[in-house]
Amino acid sequence: MSPTIEITFTLNGMPKRISVDPTLSTLVMLREILGLTGTKYGCGEGECGACTILVDGKSANACLMFAADCDGRAIVTIEGVAIDRSADGLRQAFVDHGGVQCGFCTPGMVVQAKHTLDKQPHADRATIKRGLEGNICRCTGYKKIVDAVAAVSGTNS
Amino acid sequence: MTAIERYLAPASLDDALAALAGGNATILAGGTDLMVQSHGGKTRLRPVLLNIRRLPELAGHSIEGESVRIGALTTINQLREDATLAKALPLLAEAADRFASDQVRNMATIGGNVCNASPAGDTLVPLLVLDAEVELASASGRRRLPINGFFTGPGRTLRQPEELLTAIYVPMPRLRTVSRFVKFGTRPALDISAVSLGFKAELTPAGLANVRVAFGAVGPTPMRGPGTEALLEGQRLTPALIAKAAETAMAEITPIDDVRATAWYRRELVHNLLRKVLNDVADH
Repeated sequence: MSPTIEITFTLNGMPKRISVDPTLSTLVMLREILGLTGTKYGCGEGECGACTILVDGKSANACLMFAADCDGRAIVTIEGVAIDRSADGLRQAFVDHGGVQCGFCTPGMVVQAKHTLDKQPHADRATIKRGLEGNICRCTGYKKIVDAVAAVSGTNS
Repeated sequence: MTAIERYLAPASLDDALAALAGGNATILAGGTDLMVQSHGGKTRLRPVLLNIRRLPELAGHSIEGESVRIGALTTINQLREDATLAKALPLLAEAADRFASDQVRNMATIGGNVCNASPAGDTLVPLLVLDAEVELASASGRRRLPINGFFTGPGRTLRQPEELLTAIYVPMPRLRTVSRFVKFGTRPALDISAVSLGFKAELTPAGLANVRVAFGAVGPTPMRGPGTEALLEGQRLTPALIAKAAETAMAEITPIDDVRATAWYRRELVHNLLRKVLNDVADH
């Protein structure tokens, strides 16, 4: 065991103070210490995007980020996006367009879609596909997911 | 996962260099390589984990004389999306565009990509072609080294354990410079190159000048192709010369068989990709 260090950050808008092992990943901190299990462990190597979170407004793989590096930052997880009224349309679009099947990739997919739309609110389908290229889904074949995001950006035609 | 004795996240370069002075610290920047390598046992963390992400001296970029100074903490997405950087160094922006995924590009840094020294590192081939230099700082001073020769093996560089890579200097390409970057993998995103290839030259009335050719994932380090460069220097691109250059390139690389491609296939790829690039430049 390494000595623990104390970090402070905001998590879904709420201030947090917590002691962590400095070699711990943000993903393990979120799921096993803070109990926020919406962020999924898929591959643990940044290949699948199931653990996507927002760090100071930019998307990141929680599995690749040292928890210690959360110090002083604003972290948003799917639990934060779930209560974000500005994302109501995006969440509903995933339901309306059948963008959810088994659901395992969905939290990461929604967080990354939100980040893509935050950067480019009127993203076309090509931009949406580039935005989501780091998120793997084994059920949908992606079309319904892209349809959902494109419905929000208004470029579904 | 290895245990460490101390975690430091200094806010000043002097403090960071003091922490490195003993040579017993592992440097953490974006973490995208270090997390996987340390958890997988490939890299054993040293007693001190030194997070350099809060060093303002390592962030941002500036034009200094004829060069662009890129702070080591510049993320891959900044190379791709920052208007000034992408305009000054389009080749680097192109490589950044093919780099992993949006999530990784937001975290991964150019300094980390250089220090990780993967033979397949996406920014390394463009940096070789662009004649970049790396700036290394330690408690006892600073030095600048050409990136050509900086890589000494897979994951190994000339950086000493007490040194910190602070910035990368890239000379601005001259007028009439053409450059190309090709990355070959099995899917566009999140792929490690089977091979990558970079080319740069100035188009003069007399022929190509200051030719640079570099390859990734075809040897223990990203590498220049001196034989191919010498063949092309001062020449005009003819079909016969392009064919000869492609033959020379496939002969001077030293690829291996691995999970991504066989050595035979990598030679074929380099041959065909260089021919394609040179044909494209000839039509320019």
